[in-house]
Amino acid sequence: MANYTLDTEDGRLEALRRMLTIREFDTKAGEYFADGEIPGFVHLYIGEEAVGVGTCAALEPDDYITSTHRGHGHCIAKGLDTKLMMAELFGKRSGYCNGKGGSMHIADVDAGMLGANGIVGAGPPLATGAALSIDYQDRDQVALAFLGDGAVAQGQVHEAVNMASTWNLPAVFLVENNKYGEATPVEKQHNVKQLSDTAQAYDIPGVTVDGMDVTAVTEAVEEARKRARAGDGPTMIEAETYRYNGHYEGDEQNYRDEEEVAQWKERDAIESFKERLIDRGELTEAEFEELQAEVEDEIADAVEYAQNSDLPEPEEAYEDMFSEPVPEVEQFASRLRTDGGSSGGDSR
Amino acid sequence: MTAQAELEREETETMTVREAIREALREELARDEDVYIMGEDVGAFGGVLEVTGDLYEEFGEERVRDTPIAEAGYVGAATGAAATGTRPVIELMFSDFIGVSMEQIMNQMAKMRYMFGGKTEIPVTVRATEGGGMGAASQHSGTVHAWISHFPGLKAVAPGTAAAAKGLTKAAIRSNDPVFVFENKMIYEQQGDVPTDEDYIVPIGEAAVEREGEDVTVVATQRLVGESLDVADRLAGDVSVEVIDPRSLYPLDTETIAESLRKTGRMVVADETPLSYGTHAEIITRAQEEAFFSLDAPIQRVGTPDTHMPFSTPLEQEVLPDGEGVENAIRRIT
Repeated sequence: MANYTLDTEDGRLEALRRMLTIREFDTKAGEYFADGEIPGFVHLYIGEEAVGVGTCAALEPDDYITSTHRGHGHCIAKGLDTKLMMAELFGKRSGYCNGKGGSMHIADVDAGMLGANGIVGAGPPLATGAALSIDYQDRDQVALAFLGDGAVAQGQVHEAVNMASTWNLPAVFLVENNKYGEATPVEKQHNVKQLSDTAQAYDIPGVTVDGMDVTAVTEAVEEARKRARAGDGPTMIEAETYRYNGHYEGDEQNYRDEEEVAQWKERDAIESFKERLIDRGELTEAEFEELQAEVEDEIADAVEYAQNSDLPEPEEAYEDMFSEPVPEVEQFASRLRTDGGSSGGDSR
Repeated sequence: MTAQAELEREETETMTVREAIREALREELARDEDVYIMGEDVGAFGGVLEVTGDLYEEFGEERVRDTPIAEAGYVGAATGAAATGTRPVIELMFSDFIGVSMEQIMNQMAKMRYMFGGKTEIPVTVRATEGGGMGAASQHSGTVHAWISHFPGLKAVAPGTAAAAKGLTKAAIRSNDPVFVFENKMIYEQQGDVPTDEDYIVPIGEAAVEREGEDVTVVATQRLVGESLDVADRLAGDVSVEVIDPRSLYPLDTETIAESLRKTGRMVVADETPLSYGTHAEIITRAQEEAFFSLDAPIQRVGTPDTHMPFSTPLEQEVLPDGEGVENAIRRIT
């Protein structure tokens, strides 16, 4: 059974809740990053919520996804716990990766989430591999790679799609075309009119959908999933969307004007889905306010959980390298235990 | 225990390094259904290096799978597959092609387990052939195991004998960590006694004393193990040479090397990687950290003198480290 599906009223409300959760999570992530409480980089998904949620609504809970550097939305859409996510962003031991991954590397393999990824285009080969495991063991799953418009120019993405299509693997490639690869417009990076046109090179279906319409995204992914499970191989879906924030927080965004951003915001995916549910009599303004308040509470709780969680102990830096640990690394952990203080990698 | 003593306890059969690797693959394919081989022309063709041979006939195309010529793609796919419940064994053909797939190796395969807080295993094996000596020129003769041994999150082994080739390949496949098996292409036809026990493995991280000696320790890898044993034979009665094959480059069995150095006080490190910033430096550093006050002479290095492997025979022979180089190094310090 899917986590939620747009075929039922409850499922549609759940999809709306998840879109709101993503927006609230990333709004807070941006704020705490600006405050300096969240270290490193954060890449926010605000504006693109319909893509992640529409996609994951069409997947089964044990399907796999690979994500991107802009991965918070995919995690929430896939059903990851916002407390453990926020704790990870804060670098806390209670986070999904015990504080070793941070924003760009959140993963929960048991939940089918094979990792956000700091390397553009690195996810599709991994998804092809997950699809290979599924196919090899004859399991009833699919593997879906989220990738950005920029990643379509990467060589390893071509290799991954070619292999998945040649081997007829149960894979889906979901291109989030948010119009800019970092600071450079999509038309300056690709020669095709639509990125989904590249699917022709692999003789697989390539479709472009409105990524601001959660229903359109879900329908395309449902179709792709069905096709993959029927043994007909992968599909490439291009979802046209827009990020409201910069490539990263702190990006000056001198490559686009405010008018363009405003035009996309007029087509806001959450607003339009909300209106649709109200029109259908499935939601009232009061119920929406209530939902929004619940989501704000959830994220406030997540922030509180993250803030109150412990930082990792220094010796935890020496854990998790290998399934079978090596003395080269272990010596530093044991030295910390006996001597205390920072060893900083001096070899004796 | 010396390598010879180890083997004397086992039922053995004489076979080549190539056959020993194929036997390891065959046994592991038969033992575990989650194990499969992927690579270019490994199937019906039998592998460019003729290692996979007839495995395709025995196990079929799903388990001995030909890939497109797309090293980044299939190394990445193997990493994704390993994270999701299967155990791929990649044949990367020439180790120079690691360059083509390096992004998936260094940023995905090596880092996923650590970045994810230990919540996934990556049981992937990568076999690749290294070394000069057959006029294959610079892009098919490299010895690059220092890169992989240097990079955290990867394990690297490099057999110098047929027994080690079998035992290390099996250990790599059974490991839940990414393990690279570096096979020197000039020793595929080298014969040796190989244990027939299907559970014979060489634990990753254990060196072998291939020959005991008193005057000087030669730590040699791959092809240079056999050549150093020949040198030891030649010098017998004059200089007593102990030969150690580390077998595993990372993790490295520092103690076996240090123990030998404490006994002999002199050491030569012979390995085909380029000399600068490499395998030799690491072994020597560790040896002096553990046994500095046992040293009677400067430790010597035998390796490739920081050039690529040239094509023409006299050029290739000039830069290729060999037994003569090992002997000269021994003479300098004994």
